[in-house]
Amino acid sequence: MSIFRKKNAKKGPMAEVWRKLKKNKWAMVSLFIIIFLILVALFAPLLCPYDYALQDYEHVLEVPSWAHPFGTDNFGRDIFSRVIFGSRYTVLIGFGCITVSAVVGIALGLIAGYYKKLDGLIMRSIDIVIGMPAMTLLMCLIAVMGISLRNMCIALCITHIPSFARVTRAQVLTLKNQEFIEASVALGANKKRIMLKHILPNALAPNIIEYSLGAGGVVLWSASLSFIGMGVQSPTPEWGLLISEGRQYLRTAPHMAIIPGLTIILLTFVLNYLGDGLRDAMDPRLNK
Amino acid sequence: MEEKKLLEIKNLVIQYEVNKVIVEAVNGLDLEVGEGECVGLVGETGAGKTTTALSIMGLIPDPPGRIVSGSIKYQGEELIGAKEKRMRQIRGREISMIFQDPMTSLNPVLKVGDQIMEVILLHEKLSKADATRKAQEMLEMVGIPANRYEEYPHQFSGGMKQRVMIACALACNPHLLIADEPTTALDVTIQAQVLELIAGLKENFNTAMLLITHDLGVVAEVCDRVAVMYAGSIVERGTIRDVYKNTLHPYTEGLFGSLPNLDEDTDRLKPIAGMMPDPSDLPKGCAFSPRCPKATDRCREERPQAAEATPGHFVACFHAAGED
Repeated sequence: MSIFRKKNAKKGPMAEVWRKLKKNKWAMVSLFIIIFLILVALFAPLLCPYDYALQDYEHVLEVPSWAHPFGTDNFGRDIFSRVIFGSRYTVLIGFGCITVSAVVGIALGLIAGYYKKLDGLIMRSIDIVIGMPAMTLLMCLIAVMGISLRNMCIALCITHIPSFARVTRAQVLTLKNQEFIEASVALGANKKRIMLKHILPNALAPNIIEYSLGAGGVVLWSASLSFIGMGVQSPTPEWGLLISEGRQYLRTAPHMAIIPGLTIILLTFVLNYLGDGLRDAMDPRLNK
Repeated sequence: MEEKKLLEIKNLVIQYEVNKVIVEAVNGLDLEVGEGECVGLVGETGAGKTTTALSIMGLIPDPPGRIVSGSIKYQGEELIGAKEKRMRQIRGREISMIFQDPMTSLNPVLKVGDQIMEVILLHEKLSKADATRKAQEMLEMVGIPANRYEEYPHQFSGGMKQRVMIACALACNPHLLIADEPTTALDVTIQAQVLELIAGLKENFNTAMLLITHDLGVVAEVCDRVAVMYAGSIVERGTIRDVYKNTLHPYTEGLFGSLPNLDEDTDRLKPIAGMMPDPSDLPKGCAFSPRCPKATDRCREERPQAAEATPGHFVACFHAAGED
């Protein structure tokens, strides 16, 4: 009995989700790839065999070899180093933007759900953002603010806030009428405490799914924006920009575009897979 | 009547306004709870019992609910219109409440111990370590081993969750405990345990209690006095002995008539004919008159006021006070 109790002690609802997620092979593989890519991004300078901007005109447009695992580009720059260094931009933009969006979106959703008076204002403002096609909105925002890495990130954050705000608000609306909220009010808790301690933790679960799927979305959008020249500028090695640079040499040196393309696919794929895994793990209907 | 009243409700009127229809949930309710006393509030579903309880806590959802008139005095302090800050101090510290359904009354993502600790920290200036220790003591007191402090509500049964709720409610040693049908959602054996626990703790802490229920048996077991509520007002109140042995109001009689009796061999129970009146369209006279076997024209025209039949035994009926 005591062994049984120990085993079960300290098991919150999140521990249950983690237990189920661990059973999902592909979600776990995805999680490890994501962690690996984040580590690569953080330690990029240590991992690059060459300087990502070093031009070597004796080895131009070379196919992958031992010296240059991903080949070289039209200036003789090592693509392997450029992809590794580029992960700093792509991976960090992906997680950075989605984190900011999540924090702002969840805060807005909480306030909108909890305070009826602000609900209309916040949700209608969010409808405006949703009402426009994402690409148009992104391009408009960047066009107004000017093309730069920072402005691209701001635009990406703005476009990803609504999904978090909506999901959170829906959660808050169902949660705030639950009896345990009334019970804690009856025991003297104030509004701030109710919001942060009782409602917020209960509203987080669907946001975690949203976070994982959203990160994949941001990676794709930032690559797309860089590809069309509205994001990161040359010579910075962002993955979308690498594809754009390789486009002109697609017939003679296809590896220049294909390899960064595959890395984008890999990152987006694993983020989505993890998101799906989380959704399955959190769905009470799939309980075994 | 000489002892000091802990809680005194006078002529309380609460209405809900839904789609321009006014629902009279509570009409002119009078209720008193003395220091350390246990009062049972009995009535059918929809009689306004929970609304009364919520109004004491200042938790009537507004809108749609509204306290129209009346006064609720706690230790002589008026609670209607009290500042929100003052109400927060009172809730949990002075007056606590236990809710009907233990399954949903605990936050699913917090450890049960922390939920008890939270109440303690809200009201008492204690360090976290001291509060934790006190929360563990409270758990032991309601019969849950302290080593289950770290567990989550889903690892507890319904009866145990209700015990945790009781621990939360009593953690700051309140003067008054409002228990809103604390045993309705539990099965019969657990009901008995929980009632015993509540009664025991009440003795130990000298906590006054307002027990809301529709179970007359439960009231007889734990309460000192009982108030019978019908359509938003008290029709009869007095000591258990007065009300049970010397029943005066036809509605109370009807309630007893619809209970099976172990000593007598009855073939059929006598239910009260008809339905509760629609609280948005109450009859002009006595609210019970459409269902009352003794109803006269006067009952249908005039609303009877509560009168003292014998000392401490109030009844709101023209027939009871010998005014036939």
